[in-house]
Amino acid sequence: MAKELLSGNEAVARGAEEAGVRLAVGYPGTPSTEILETLARKHRSIYSQWSPNEKVAFEVGIGASIGGARALVTMKHVGLNVAADPLMTFAYTGVNGGFVFVSADDPEMHSSQNEQDNRIFAKFAQVPFFEPSDSQEAKDMLIAAYELSEQYDTPVMLRMTTRISHTMGVVELGEPVKLQERKFVKDPEKYVMIPSNARVRHVVLAQRLRELHKFSEETEWNRIESNGSKVGIITGGVAYEYAKEVAPQFDYFKIGMGFPLPLEKLRRFVLEHEVAIVVEELEPYYEDQLKAAGMMVEGKKYFGNLGELSPSRVAQGLKDAGVIGEVHAPEIDAEELFPRPPVLCPGCPHRGAFMALRKLGVAVTGDIGCYTLGVLKPLNALDTCICMGASIGNAIGMEKVQGSDKGTVAVIGDSTFFHSGITGLLDAVYNQSNVTVIILDNRATAMTGGQEHPGTGHTLMGDPAVETDIETLVKALGVKNFVRMDTYEYDGALDVIKQQMETPGPSVILTTRPCVLMPKRIMEEPYVVDLQLCNACGACFRVSCPAIMASEETERGRHKAVIDQSQCTGCTICSQVCPEEAIVLKSQFKGTPEEVGS
Amino acid sequence: MSAEMSKHKFNILIVGVGGQGVLLASEIISEVAMQAGLDVKKAEIHGMSQRGGVVTSHVRIADRVYSPTIALGTVDVLMAFEKAEGLRAINWMKKEGVAIVSHSTLVPAIVTSSKQYEYPYDAVDQMKAKTSRVIDVAADKIAGELGNPRLVNTILLGVLSNYLPFPEDLWLEVIRKQVKERFVEINLKAFARGREIKLDAVTA
Repeated sequence: MAKELLSGNEAVARGAEEAGVRLAVGYPGTPSTEILETLARKHRSIYSQWSPNEKVAFEVGIGASIGGARALVTMKHVGLNVAADPLMTFAYTGVNGGFVFVSADDPEMHSSQNEQDNRIFAKFAQVPFFEPSDSQEAKDMLIAAYELSEQYDTPVMLRMTTRISHTMGVVELGEPVKLQERKFVKDPEKYVMIPSNARVRHVVLAQRLRELHKFSEETEWNRIESNGSKVGIITGGVAYEYAKEVAPQFDYFKIGMGFPLPLEKLRRFVLEHEVAIVVEELEPYYEDQLKAAGMMVEGKKYFGNLGELSPSRVAQGLKDAGVIGEVHAPEIDAEELFPRPPVLCPGCPHRGAFMALRKLGVAVTGDIGCYTLGVLKPLNALDTCICMGASIGNAIGMEKVQGSDKGTVAVIGDSTFFHSGITGLLDAVYNQSNVTVIILDNRATAMTGGQEHPGTGHTLMGDPAVETDIETLVKALGVKNFVRMDTYEYDGALDVIKQQMETPGPSVILTTRPCVLMPKRIMEEPYVVDLQLCNACGACFRVSCPAIMASEETERGRHKAVIDQSQCTGCTICSQVCPEEAIVLKSQFKGTPEEVGS
Repeated sequence: MSAEMSKHKFNILIVGVGGQGVLLASEIISEVAMQAGLDVKKAEIHGMSQRGGVVTSHVRIADRVYSPTIALGTVDVLMAFEKAEGLRAINWMKKEGVAIVSHSTLVPAIVTSSKQYEYPYDAVDQMKAKTSRVIDVAADKIAGELGNPRLVNTILLGVLSNYLPFPEDLWLEVIRKQVKERFVEINLKAFARGREIKLDAVTA
């Protein structure tokens, strides 16, 4: 059979094709995004779409399942919070066509606001889950999850983590399965959760869990690897790979199906070993259940429950547990250097808005997207970031208690506004809040790589779509004060924000510049710094543009500036804030190349 | 080729700044290793890190690879597309590992806009003071000569290819497959320039 190098996310997409999935749906979120992107690019026989948020996506998936198709729903871990409402009740009704949802967790918060462990969520919802350890398992477990879903009439979670989703590994491909076609069958007692039906379905759910527990005891996904060791390691997910890397000599209980846990098989494993150690990332999910069942195991006291595990952390934990000797120590010392946080791209239209807000010194409630980077030095322009859509509600509350003397502004991106900002704005209108909401409309879900959304005019699969017009929408909600703002005009942006903040009642400012990367990279004529005029004041450095670098030339011990011609998009913002008028269009500069330091 | 490299077991760490082509380089190495019949895993972080932040990619090659990430202090080859990032990652290396570092210098706004931080313009010298096998490559200059500043990654791949047991033809075949068609020729040239550079030629 053919082999391919696939990331965990690409492997899930491949698995969807092999499992005969007919509908796939989600909302972009790192580290889950590439599953649907790969489907739309490589597996076009499956209908795939972005929904405005994870709750809608989950509900679309439920509809497809009840309609008889195998359905796939993808999201990042915090997306499951948004989709929790349909999940909790869909666990009661069960499925028609197989239903699998992917929760891609982000231990270490590489690109997230928290690192919640969604294994606990599956247990809370009482739905079984699989947890792959590599790309091959991501594909194979997805297929197994569909069989389980239909056999036991239950939604199933596939729990990925960043290291599984974004690690490429060798995957052996399989053939698509042949499925018998299912159709929708009217069954209101199963699918209409009025209290009298739901009470019955809760009993069904409890019975289903007993049967799933039996399955979990017997399935090969929960397997023992014997090496004749007195030490038994209980592990799953990526933690299995770290442990096998540093201590292959021990016996292993590899958990592939994490709920319900195979407690009897685990009990025998624990009793057969002198020492049993649980190696798991984030929360003591296995450990708590094993201890509650009376098993003598230890885990978190050696490995901790914060952040990602790594081979080094697992080795150190096993040493602390007294089962391995010395741990390989790095031979070369680390060097403390300056930080290099991500920044807004050269020409990013958000920059002008944040420079204006920084200047005004108002309270700024933020949201989730590229523009969250506005919090970082030297922009320093954001005061809150909680979750998708939170900026507007946060601003309303702050404004009602007059927490900021200088007023409150909410900033929210276009995709985030569609995701869960609309209801916040409705609240601002309804309760006559004095907030100013800036919708940073860059025409893309930019942070995750420029995905389509209801305002872009295209679907995930590339078909033309109705462009939802934000102005019409906002006015329909009852917003009276609406203006547009060009963030490439620094002084103009300042005036617009000031004016809207003085207007009573809620006001909305819609920015007009698209993302410089999407859908087409914008590159206008670049600017240069005239080093004869530059006096190293640093005003342009505070613009925080990656194209503006330190020149080797200095004045008063401070570096002058130089603009990287390959990066400058010609947005003009730096030239507007330079007090010496030293930043000019390349074609208008009459000096020699040496005089611009390039 | 040194003894520790002949066991078909390699940990390669690639570091750079968002936009420098770290991910393409690590994809090419991984594809070459798979085509050569070895197991391979390649791990990196997408999302936030691509916005001009640090980008790190771990490539692990062996008969059977478990951990997707490399353990601290066990890197055989460190490839740095930016010199300060090379210095930042140096503690990941084995003492006898090889570092291939580009002279490329990218000073971020967080340094230029405040007095709090300094950029280590002598990063390559600092690396050489810490470990003996550093190959410093004027890849930014070579890329400029070839007419495209974005070739730093392919030039360094050429250097790296001298330290891995894979045939040149396989590298060229994978580069042809992975690089956009109109950039294939210039990337093959960049690879050839890199392949001329070896440790002995540099440190002698």
